[in-house]
Amino acid sequence: MGVEKEVKKEVLKDDFPGQVIPAGNGGNIVVGVLDKIINWGRSNSLWPLYFGTSCCAIEMMQTGAARHDWSRFGFEVARPTPRQADVIVIAGTITNKMAPALRKLYDQMAEPKYVVAMGACAISGGPFYYNSYSVVRGADHVIPVDVYVPGCPPRPESLLDAMIKLQKKIRSTKNSERVNPIEGFDEGK
Amino acid sequence: MTTTDTNTELKTQEYLINMGPQHPAAHGVLRLILTVDGEIIHKVDPDLGYIHRSIEKMCERDTYKQIVHLTDRLDYLSSHMNNEAVCLAVENAMGIEVPERVKYIRTIMDELTRLASHQLWWGVMGMDIGALTTFMYAFRDREMINDIMEETVGARLTMNYNIPGGLMFDIHPNFQRRVKEFIKHFRKALPEYNTLLSGNIIFKKRLQGIGYISKEDAVAYGVSGPSARGSGISCDVRKIHPYSAYDKVEFNEVLIEGGDSYDRYMVRMKEMEESMNIIEQLIDNIPEGDYQVKTPALIKLPKGEYYQKVESARGEFGVFIISDGKKSPYRLKFRSPGFSNLSILDKISRGHKIADLVAIMSSLDFVIPDIDR
Repeated sequence: MGVEKEVKKEVLKDDFPGQVIPAGNGGNIVVGVLDKIINWGRSNSLWPLYFGTSCCAIEMMQTGAARHDWSRFGFEVARPTPRQADVIVIAGTITNKMAPALRKLYDQMAEPKYVVAMGACAISGGPFYYNSYSVVRGADHVIPVDVYVPGCPPRPESLLDAMIKLQKKIRSTKNSERVNPIEGFDEGK
Repeated sequence: MTTTDTNTELKTQEYLINMGPQHPAAHGVLRLILTVDGEIIHKVDPDLGYIHRSIEKMCERDTYKQIVHLTDRLDYLSSHMNNEAVCLAVENAMGIEVPERVKYIRTIMDELTRLASHQLWWGVMGMDIGALTTFMYAFRDREMINDIMEETVGARLTMNYNIPGGLMFDIHPNFQRRVKEFIKHFRKALPEYNTLLSGNIIFKKRLQGIGYISKEDAVAYGVSGPSARGSGISCDVRKIHPYSAYDKVEFNEVLIEGGDSYDRYMVRMKEMEESMNIIEQLIDNIPEGDYQVKTPALIKLPKGEYYQKVESARGEFGVFIISDGKKSPYRLKFRSPGFSNLSILDKISRGHKIADLVAIMSSLDFVIPDIDR
């Protein structure tokens, strides 16, 4: 008993207010449960930013409509403004003229923010990879992307699958270790 | 007792507002620079190019069979008509006569695409005005057309079904039955659309007298399609220069002499009925035969200039090809209906409020990749 008291005195200052539970004695458990609760809330109320530039936007609308109905998973509050959105769904081609606007939208979104690149154009330029002088070869040259959805355009089921994968990714993150995705982003150089 | 001086004039000032490129009512990434005084619009200056994908330049390196799939991505809501325009231009230049079966199937597919496009326009127009329910009704019926397309073509949106010389593959055995089922369903659903939106007094007041296009202006600015027919101008390519099987069917060209947004709305609503009439006349009479004629693997058009126009869901879609006898065109130009229809936006929205601009844009039915190409 006497030995333990001596160790505590070394760690804590005399004027420290309150009581501290040593690590491994309950403190970590509280943080872990909080992580789960936060992630559960975050993943089930993802508000997408409606960013449709071309054909994929129609399939995104179909996903929101009655048959596929993405509100079953908590994505129904599609917002046209970045300030109220959690996830940006890039549905369509990004051109050289559009790229600065996309980056500005991304920067305006509040943390935590996620990106889904929908369709071949947003992944790599798609049909416009060769011979086009005005298309950005993939949205990940502009902003960091979390989930890629292949297809030209992808079926609504693919988009739903991608959003569910994003939910899984959110649930597996530790909030104490999470970093801002834009830090260290090399813009595809 | 204090008195307020009512004689002093309120000083107002013009200022600029950016609408877009990320705007829910812009139907894409159109940027409009508005000069407004208070809420009254003085000038609309469209800034294009946010989805310019250099498709025309890419066509100069592709072969004629490869060009067809790029046209899907222009006006993705009338992709079948765009494909057909390129195929007809190549077929006419080569002197290829396609079988009757191909002509019938192409016409049916055209009208199905037109129906799907108008359904989406109707749903989104309701949303722009503030009636969110229309979106769900329209997409319920649109999914049925998507299913038919998927079964025969293999794609829901970008179809790529036409090739020079015919079709990619024959129709699915279920095609006729499912189209008839859809027509039966949509005959009941279209009156539902009308009761939900067309007669709504709020909706009418938002559209009537807003965005008036006179006959002279419509011709001068090159407005085509339902937007021009709302001003009473007969410009239906299906009637004037029939292609595919349009010379074998009877249908009315919908003309309304009004010119405001509500008339353009009613033209499209009535066009949906006409489209159903056309499909019903053709669906039981698809002749037997080949779905394709053999064409050389590498098509080389003879030297010269070729133009082919079709009636897309938004108006006259034209393809102009200059060939120097090689495997790809020397120059290819698309005459897209959206670009010409956009040019009149400034003239008709001056003096209206910003909220009316959204209604006017909806009634003109823009697809931005079609404008920017």
